[in-house]
Amino acid sequence: MFANLSDRLAGTFKGLRGKGRLSEADVDATVLDIRTALLEADVAVPVVRAFTAVVKERALAAAASGALNPAQQIVKIVHEELVTILGGEARPIRLAKQPPTVIVLAGLQGAGKTTLAGKLALQLKGQGHAPLLVAADLQRPNAVDQLRVMAERAGVAIFAPEPGNGVGDPVRVTRDARAFAVQKQHDVVIVDTAGRLAIDAELMQQLREVKAAAEPDETLFVVDAMIGQDAVRTAEEFMQAVGFDGIVLTKLDGDARGGAALSVKGVTGKPILFASVGEKLTDFEVFHPDRMASRILDMGDMLTLIEQAERAFDAEQTERMAKKVAKGEDFTLDEFLEQMQAVKKMGSLGKILGMLPGMGDMKAQLDQVDDKDLDRVAAIIQSMTPGERKDPKILNGSRRLRIAKGAGTTVTEVNGLIDRFAQAQKMMKQMGRGGGMPGMPGMGGMPGMGGGSKKSKGKSQGQGKSKKGRSGNPAKRADQEAGLPEAASASASAASGPGSMLGIGGPGPAEDLTTLELPDELKRLLG
Amino acid sequence: MDSSLVYAGIAVAVILVLVIAAVAVRRRGGSGRPVESGPAPAGVVAAADLTELLEPTESPSPTAPQMGLLEVEVPDPAAGRLHRLRARLARSNNAIGHGLFALLSRDSIDAATWDEIEETLLLADLGVGPTNEIIERLRTTLKVEGGSRSPDDVREALRAALLSLVDPNLDRELITLAAGRPAVLMIVGVNGTGKTTTTGKLARLLVAEGRSVVLGAADTFRAAAADQLQTWGDRVGATVVRGPESGDPAAVAFDAVSAGVRSGADTVVIDTAGRLHTKAGLMDELDKVKRVIEKQSAVDEVLLVLDATTGQNGLVQARVFAESVNVTGIVLTKLDGTARGGIVIAVQRELGVPVKLVGLGEGPDDLAPFDPVEFVDALVAN
Repeated sequence: MFANLSDRLAGTFKGLRGKGRLSEADVDATVLDIRTALLEADVAVPVVRAFTAVVKERALAAAASGALNPAQQIVKIVHEELVTILGGEARPIRLAKQPPTVIVLAGLQGAGKTTLAGKLALQLKGQGHAPLLVAADLQRPNAVDQLRVMAERAGVAIFAPEPGNGVGDPVRVTRDARAFAVQKQHDVVIVDTAGRLAIDAELMQQLREVKAAAEPDETLFVVDAMIGQDAVRTAEEFMQAVGFDGIVLTKLDGDARGGAALSVKGVTGKPILFASVGEKLTDFEVFHPDRMASRILDMGDMLTLIEQAERAFDAEQTERMAKKVAKGEDFTLDEFLEQMQAVKKMGSLGKILGMLPGMGDMKAQLDQVDDKDLDRVAAIIQSMTPGERKDPKILNGSRRLRIAKGAGTTVTEVNGLIDRFAQAQKMMKQMGRGGGMPGMPGMGGMPGMGGGSKKSKGKSQGQGKSKKGRSGNPAKRADQEAGLPEAASASASAASGPGSMLGIGGPGPAEDLTTLELPDELKRLLG
Repeated sequence: MDSSLVYAGIAVAVILVLVIAAVAVRRRGGSGRPVESGPAPAGVVAAADLTELLEPTESPSPTAPQMGLLEVEVPDPAAGRLHRLRARLARSNNAIGHGLFALLSRDSIDAATWDEIEETLLLADLGVGPTNEIIERLRTTLKVEGGSRSPDDVREALRAALLSLVDPNLDRELITLAAGRPAVLMIVGVNGTGKTTTTGKLARLLVAEGRSVVLGAADTFRAAAADQLQTWGDRVGATVVRGPESGDPAAVAFDAVSAGVRSGADTVVIDTAGRLHTKAGLMDELDKVKRVIEKQSAVDEVLLVLDATTGQNGLVQARVFAESVNVTGIVLTKLDGTARGGIVIAVQRELGVPVKLVGLGEGPDDLAPFDPVEFVDALVAN
């Protein structure tokens, strides 16, 4: 994997420490790093060029001001600029004064228009509208059926007079749909059109006619987050040929960095209204510029991590766990297993760890993490009796031998797991007692990792300390056990700092949050 | 859900993860066990294996499509296809890459020219790494040749640089016949790249060559995906095996293969549901589909469908799919647009999986074998 931008910039600046001031050449080197980062995120070349020019100007100013940590400064500048471009006036769907409101979805094949139509309909229905889906994709085999199923799942009406598969005239369908909607009192009409390439003159002409017939209040350009350099050209050509009012980004639940968002927004100036983040009809949300910015820059992204965790962890289970930790009770191997399974659902370990900011130094180690280890650990635990899982202390030699045989491994491995588990248990207890955070005392440990390095991102001082604690980790095995609690205690001592980011409910964090420049979502979550 | 609880969950999770990671790292470093560097890269399937399975291709079975509906279409034969598509490819990507050649043939190549070259390559979604590599190689070549640089030399240098990345020598044969059983092909990929369409077109291609084909609609997730495949199957008279919606895709795939075996079909093509490679559960499901098929027949080809518009994420996709189901070939679709599909270069370079087919348009017969030379020419078109 490529290192993310902040790690790379940190590398560039390493040699410049003693200089005190940055020369223009230094800034050029940085700008080159930024350029590579953006290109790797699929931001279109012309957009990158324009963007880096702006950043360079501001970076030069920052360098001249003699900021303490130029690397962080520049990352911040880049982030800000990205948010500025991506943001703009995000707005909800414009509703017509005189219903029905007509929404036309357009885009390339496979961008996700039909699925999006269903999602949009469901959301509008939830807002008290009576949406009507219109099957104007008569091209792709059985697209009409697909939309019909979507309508069924979303519980909305559909207008599909033509069978599709190349039969029927989408323009007429669209025109009739309007009349149908008025008659049946549907106040929102969503027209699903066939996917088309911008260079296909015939189909573009057809789309223009569909649009004319629909008299839409919103034409949404649906674009796949995984699209590469072609995003700009496609967007431009759709803009020119048909015109659109807003953009919807789909398949954001993948791991594409989504530079296309920047390209399309930058070129057309149209706002990105929604993001589609999954296969379920409810996986649909308002677009968040700041998250997108972090994503494009591939900055370790706590928010994404949190989101994924939210999906993977079951609420009840988490609550039970949190209570236990708070009370300082021991957690059992069963719970350990449960949590592990949930972690597994979030994707590969290396990726999860990589999402924690500041883990750049450990990249090499991270790459070595084998997800099969999770399975091995699971096998060991599953080879234990319920009694043993509840109280590992009863594990004597013969029990261990049995477990090892059952799990197809050696007694050494079993011993290793039990030792490690005992340490983790102790750690949890410590956190339960210490940390000094009312309400959620269990949170002490976490900030050490997430929060501590968050700090290193924003301010320079924290960096040395927290990084040292962790990078020592893999190098010396003996340090390993010590490393984790150290990180935890480091954070506990820095509790009033960013560490308290997780100390929800405590009275302290409030003022810290404001100084921290946390993304808005996080603030909202915390508040 | 109370947000604080989420944090609690993550705290716990992360600690656990770190603990486990520590175990892993420690064990690796300490016990001197050989470091397993993840699953072996899904490299090229040994050529020997392929030829073993490859019957001499031209043995069109006389039991061609006979389950035919009335209006079974007769697809164009594959032979004339390439030529027709060549014309189209040239048109859609504009003339053969004179742009770059013009740049390179200037008397002196200054920094600005290099920038332009770089940009052209980047715009083709080649990615930063391969682009830099090509530029370096060109610089070296041109430096060595010094003053005696004729436009032809330059042309050759660029073509050579690009071609060596695409590697025309890779075996791009698609295994569609196996001895004593139907050949089994699996079509995989992320959502919306054109898997079902590719499956349909591939069926037409095979029928055109006189094969009997069974299609397995193992996309039981997307609404009406099975219907879509059915439509394709009916058009050319291929049997389509389908299961209940949101049923077990592995079961459908298994049934499709057994139907193929029973009816003595030549080829079974399994269409799978689109899945983002980040969904571990769905990737496991795909793995299962393959395992279940393998209970009765080897899987001869696993084709990853990549959209030509895909950017750098294509590499990640290919890597994850290769790990999970050992991809043997790539189908590059939607190459009829303005997208160049340069990402396949990076994919091929990293995983050694050759591009075997390209989709070049909306027409049912617009699927063709991949031609490295033409692809390179199209890449550098301006």
